[in-house]
Amino acid sequence: MRLPRRDGETIDRDDRRTFTFDGKEVQAYAGDTIGSALYANGQRIFTRSFKYHRPRGLSCAAGNCAGCLMEVDGEPSVKACTRTVQGGEVVRSQTISGSLERDPMRVVDHVAGPVTPVGFYYRLGIRPKAAWPHIERMLRRMTGLGRVGEAPPKPHRADVEHRTAGVLVIGAGRSGQEAAARYAAEGRQVILVDERAEYASLAIDGVEVIAPGTALGVYEGRLVPVHADGLMHRIRAEKIVVATGSIDQPLLFEGNDLPGVMTPSAVRRLVGLWSIRPGTRAVVLAADEAGDEAARLLREAGTQVVETIDLRGVRPPKVKAAARHGLLAAVEIDGRKIDCDLLVASAGRQPAYSLLAQSGCSVRFDAEKGIFAPDQLVDGVEAAGSVTGEGAAVLAAAEGAGKRTFVCPCEDVTAKDLVRAVGEGFEDIEIAKRYTTVTMGPCQGRLCHLHSVRALARATGVGEAALGTTTARPPWQPTPLGDVGGRKLNPGKRTALHDANRRAGAQYVWTGVWRRPDHYGDAAAEIKAVHEGVGLMDVSTLGKLYVSGPDAEAFLDGVFPNRISTLKVDRVRYGIFNTDSGRIIDDGTIIRVGERDFLVTTSSGGVDQVYEAFLLWVAERKLAVDVVNVSGALSAVSLSGPKAREVLSRVTDVDVANEAFKFLDVRQGAVAGASALLMRIGFLGELGYEIHFPSTAAEHVWEALMKAGAEFGILPLGVEALKALRLEKGHIIVGIDTDSETTMLECGMGPMIAWDKGEFVGNEALGRMNERGADRALVGFTADDLPNEGTAVLVGGEVGGRVTSARRSAVSGQVIGLAYVPAAIGSEGSAFELDLGEGRRGGAKVHIGAFYDPDGERMRG
Amino acid sequence: MSFLIPCPHCGNRPQPEFAYGGNIGDDPPGSMLDVLSEDLYFNDNTAGEQFERWFHRFGCERWIVIRRDTRTNQVSEGWEGVDAP
Repeated sequence: MRLPRRDGETIDRDDRRTFTFDGKEVQAYAGDTIGSALYANGQRIFTRSFKYHRPRGLSCAAGNCAGCLMEVDGEPSVKACTRTVQGGEVVRSQTISGSLERDPMRVVDHVAGPVTPVGFYYRLGIRPKAAWPHIERMLRRMTGLGRVGEAPPKPHRADVEHRTAGVLVIGAGRSGQEAAARYAAEGRQVILVDERAEYASLAIDGVEVIAPGTALGVYEGRLVPVHADGLMHRIRAEKIVVATGSIDQPLLFEGNDLPGVMTPSAVRRLVGLWSIRPGTRAVVLAADEAGDEAARLLREAGTQVVETIDLRGVRPPKVKAAARHGLLAAVEIDGRKIDCDLLVASAGRQPAYSLLAQSGCSVRFDAEKGIFAPDQLVDGVEAAGSVTGEGAAVLAAAEGAGKRTFVCPCEDVTAKDLVRAVGEGFEDIEIAKRYTTVTMGPCQGRLCHLHSVRALARATGVGEAALGTTTARPPWQPTPLGDVGGRKLNPGKRTALHDANRRAGAQYVWTGVWRRPDHYGDAAAEIKAVHEGVGLMDVSTLGKLYVSGPDAEAFLDGVFPNRISTLKVDRVRYGIFNTDSGRIIDDGTIIRVGERDFLVTTSSGGVDQVYEAFLLWVAERKLAVDVVNVSGALSAVSLSGPKAREVLSRVTDVDVANEAFKFLDVRQGAVAGASALLMRIGFLGELGYEIHFPSTAAEHVWEALMKAGAEFGILPLGVEALKALRLEKGHIIVGIDTDSETTMLECGMGPMIAWDKGEFVGNEALGRMNERGADRALVGFTADDLPNEGTAVLVGGEVGGRVTSARRSAVSGQVIGLAYVPAAIGSEGSAFELDLGEGRRGGAKVHIGAFYDPDGERMRG
Repeated sequence: MSFLIPCPHCGNRPQPEFAYGGNIGDDPPGSMLDVLSEDLYFNDNTAGEQFERWFHRFGCERWIVIRRDTRTNQVSEGWEGVDAP
């Protein structure tokens, strides 16, 4: 029932709003939460409990418990008591199988004791085993909080904002406000965060207030994610002030979870913020001055306070709450029955120290006060107010708790359950927690941590101090995954020719971070064009590192296994890049453009690794070499096919005659007017040129080459054509044909290695492997049937390797491929089998060298 | 992991901007296999302070050295280059 206007209320009586709850319209004011509006409208049962389907209602009204979880606009498990009413929400009750008032699953509660004790699901269905799938299905239907609808609500993702703060104050109570004002006065940049909506209008000079905003945790380096209104602020603070206060702890007695039993803070908020009379007849049982304050507020609100008992310094009375129609109807105190519809009960206040503990601060049990309090703080983190333990104390629970005395209402764990768990041997606090799930519910231990530790301490006979606490980990508020998942970003890279490719009909494929054209509609036609006419491929994804300086030659001799110092100016050479342990991590080309200047190309995905390794080598040896990553600045195309020379001649001033521009020659000149670096290489097996030019000219050069090639039927080439064409030549692709263990020795590249040139990356490891001999070889093969990539190689019926690449050759019609085979059969003509699946085997034969044009006449011609 | 690394060029920056390049070891050689194998495949796995190489991938693109306590991720200082100061 709503009271007349009161001072300090946060509702605006002139701004009426409505929402629906289980189909019925509910009246609210601006400033109401969904929970307060429902309570004002007489709703008492808000949800049902997780395991026993017991009715639950508003008990803390501050977002600390799970008594008011509801589905709001399709979002499950929203704490209704803190969700501000906007108007128009569709709110539904959750965790019910009938209605809030009548839930047939309540039978679990009535018969539960012997049938579903703690951990029963670990034992259920072990025998007979066949029963488990049915039991599991039933359990899944019965348990859980809320449900994700079949048509999920609109994708919920928070944007991320990276911020810094001089001082971040968490908690806008009295101590938090004081700390914020003090630091602001010192000229520090201060952010104050509080999860309660009533602080939205708080204004302190020089302080940025984020409210309602939830500090989810304290991470390393004083990083605090604060979620507020769809935005995740990742705040990196020089100093953190934790002023999260203390939390009313429930009193443990039979029926302590009934709707109508609430904490003093709930009374304070119902009356003070929303001007609601919490009940008609109340009993107050409290262990601190909060009880007196609640009694005073209740009287002000017109509630008849039948009895107030201060539990401090008295023998704890035996308390039992009785229900009628699921709601509190009476309380029995030491056998004396008092009719009431409201029982304000609190065992005292426990510091809300979770964020401090997450920051690395230690926590100790104060036996005198009966609380856990922060002990040693860490650098850069302060505690202010009652979170320090000042003024907080909690009564121990009375002995002999009943079977419906809930230590952990979120998870329906009773005091008896904890005793039983200890009896079963779960004595350590961490495993007892995992076994019973105590403290693992939505309240994250706010209301149950202290009581559960004390109950376990009593059951094990070990003191609280020795038993300790469980580890505090973020998040300390239930957090939708969408809030921490960030916006869905697509970190893919596109080349400068992306749009030109798309206009040409590219069908894209992801290759690492790159989106590359897989084909332009007809890969077979593209392959044919390269063999018979001409094709143009966007190879801008290649990594490009410009290496220059007096030590450039020595540097490249050090990082590559082959000799680079003998490379002449205007020539290009193939190179492999290894790890220190002699394994291949990348391959590419080394282009000498001057005495002290080289361009090194890497594979599309390998440039970052190679760049970092290059810089490490330079720094370790203090070489006079500059390495500049020009991968994005330069675009590149590969022009291949018997007509490539003729096409190129039409757009360049470079003499492209075979004698003037030989295989593996490099030239600099203009291509379609753009300054370009041209090299003659043959990865695709035909006459070919790779042309590098500034990315700003990329589309222009591409269009000019396509236009010049039009009369020869030029086609753009995708990755599929590249894979097929290079396979004909037996060229490997690092990452497809190599794995993390592959060495040059296994790939038949041993002869490339210049053993006598001194130290180079991987030389020691490769030297040893060379002495020992490789035990597997990467070889070409021909086969009768086309295997999948990854197909097992069988030698004498045993798995002896695997296929890394396979295609049907467009030239010969034969199945060709690359595979790892035991070194013993790595010679021309050796036969092995392929495991084609479903018991089928196919024959295959080792083929050494290229399948197509083995002497390389076509690429040299 | 979200600790800060004091880059001598860029100042305190979040760790995810950097690539780890291993610790600068003074392994006693030859205790298990041989020097090469230990260098390649065995880490000191120190519980305490060690010098480490990091590459500032999303910053100055330079190798730096820091001293980090592996138990607490407390980083005390950062230096240019790749050698322990």
